[in-house]
Amino acid sequence: MVSPADAVAGAGHTHDHGPAPGHAPDNDHAHGGRSPHDNDHAHHDGNPHVHAHEQDGHIVLLEQRVLAKNDLQAQRNRAWLSERRICVVNLMSAPGSGKTTLLERTIRELGTRLGLSVIEGDQETLLDAERIRATGCQVVQINTGAGCHLDAEMMERGLRELDPAAGSLVIVENVGNLVCPALFDLGETYRVVVTAVTEGADKPLKYPQMFRGADLVVLNKADLLPYLDVEAAHFAANVSLVNPGADMVTVSATRGDGMTAWYDRLAALVPGS
Amino acid sequence: MHELAIAQSVVDAVAERLPDARITCVALEVGKLSGIAPDALRFCFELVASDTGLAGAALEISEPAGLARCETCRTEFALDSLILLCRCGSADVHVVSGDQLLINSVRVA
Repeated sequence: MVSPADAVAGAGHTHDHGPAPGHAPDNDHAHGGRSPHDNDHAHHDGNPHVHAHEQDGHIVLLEQRVLAKNDLQAQRNRAWLSERRICVVNLMSAPGSGKTTLLERTIRELGTRLGLSVIEGDQETLLDAERIRATGCQVVQINTGAGCHLDAEMMERGLRELDPAAGSLVIVENVGNLVCPALFDLGETYRVVVTAVTEGADKPLKYPQMFRGADLVVLNKADLLPYLDVEAAHFAANVSLVNPGADMVTVSATRGDGMTAWYDRLAALVPGS
Repeated sequence: MHELAIAQSVVDAVAERLPDARITCVALEVGKLSGIAPDALRFCFELVASDTGLAGAALEISEPAGLARCETCRTEFALDSLILLCRCGSADVHVVSGDQLLINSVRVA
């Protein structure tokens, strides 16, 4: 870690521009190949110097990723899960896409075969956990309160409480939100984004960060396609635009159409199932 | 909004590295492709920083532009959005810069 003395005195130069803190440029320290600053200010050639109008105080270089703490916990989660051969699916979507219904059917038709257990994430209520519990499946509910996404720390608490068996499959139903959960690594094995046909074919273009991070996209409520001006192929093309490598299945969780393809993907995650 | 969690992470990270310091300014790098809105981040930062050593600190946010590299034709090009398509037609493109979220430095009083 660079000490305050280094940052001011001499390992490069610090410079202030307006009220902002300066920071030493260039590569007298490692920073993964990225420049720590963008170059919209002038660099003075040559000698290290501190500007004459130097403000009080001193600069401390941190060069730390904002999400470092979450990512570290996510890695710990990943290691813990790997030791126990447990797979975690992070199920994300906008509110109302049918995630819980998809889960209920999956548990009914597949639960014992894959040793399924569930972590439910919602701002408030135990409603989703109760629906899952009614299927006989082991479930833990996390309420985030004002929070709009699950994070790695919540995941760790959830896993501790759930205590899934070795070699089993855990499905995490994230908070209904197409924006925030994409940023927070939980330590999961597999990322699934569920979209209902009623949301429109251009959803992937509007929320590229979420769709870009998906291993699998599930297009749900396919039974409603005859009533809508939406084509599954158009949606699939848009998924490919933002995520060429994404897998996709089209299902109706209420009717059961297309569910075999979804079950096959889950089974592939659990060796020996 | 997730800027609240991001702001909290910034405050926590700085407070952990410099527990007794009074911070007057934080220099952040919020890439244009990071999915973070700087205005929302400023708003949230002010809220979460109050009652901490970062209370009242200024936020200096630089927003590096998106830069992508095509593995097929080996060129680098500017990127406005996360639609990763090269002019050569290849989708074998990855983001080189623009999605970073970094705390560069702080000014300590």
